[in-house]
Amino acid sequence: MALFPDPFERLPGLQQALDTFRTSGWLQPGLSGGGTYPPMNVFRKGDDFIVITEVPGIKTSDIEVQVKGNTIRLAGTKSVTYGEKVSLHRRERLAGRFDRAVTLPIEINPEGVKAECRDGVLALFLPRAERDKPKTIQVA
Amino acid sequence: MSGQPNRGMEGVMATAAQELAVHEKKELVSKEEKTVPGRYYIPYTDIHETDEAITVVMEMPGVEKKDINVSLENDVLRVDGQIDFAKYEGMEPVYTEYNVGPYTRAFTVSNKIDQEKISAQVEDGVLTLTLPKAKEALLRRISIG
Repeated sequence: MALFPDPFERLPGLQQALDTFRTSGWLQPGLSGGGTYPPMNVFRKGDDFIVITEVPGIKTSDIEVQVKGNTIRLAGTKSVTYGEKVSLHRRERLAGRFDRAVTLPIEINPEGVKAECRDGVLALFLPRAERDKPKTIQVA
Repeated sequence: MSGQPNRGMEGVMATAAQELAVHEKKELVSKEEKTVPGRYYIPYTDIHETDEAITVVMEMPGVEKKDINVSLENDVLRVDGQIDFAKYEGMEPVYTEYNVGPYTRAFTVSNKIDQEKISAQVEDGVLTLTLPKAKEALLRRISIG
């Protein structure tokens, strides 16, 4: 599906598309873990799903990704450090720990889940379980 | 957001014990319009100063090193970060909590900066700019005889 065909319309088109799904009730909070950090966007690409979160300043080693059934859990710690003997002029970046679990309304194949973290963006590739894929029925 | 109050100058490390809250992205409200339509965002920024330099730390998740532009002109430090949204090609949103867009922010720098020696590094979506103070702006301590 060509969502943003015109290069000049792409950015507003993408931003509008992202806004549209803000109220979608697609994702439910999981049973374990609380909190809402990190904020996530979920996309469908073909049969599979991709969860994208923004985790700037968090080292890959400080993020734990767990998959159980169709629940995914992201936990970790973000720390913000300053040098010694500094005077702070502005302090907007937040630090703390996080633990978030969400339940996907689809069945995923936990063996095939891949996580990639680049430039402060964590992407989880969630392949849909074979038995959960829709089947096309030929109309005779 | 003017950030949290300065909790003293001990400053070495922000406490990691509390729960990390979601920081809703702040949209740029600008007097001048951009030539390209779309929303811009303001990167969350920490600024700290030592006797020798001013350090600016900005969170710009999703911006690649090559897409960051830093300029200092007439004491205005401007940082722009572009998002490669071609990555979203062929992806259909089903649930979203945040939006994406280019980042932009500018600061007026009061101290005289040694422009030649400005250094920048990017790690995990965080840009760190070190602006060394020019020699004449360095603090001189005067002892009272």
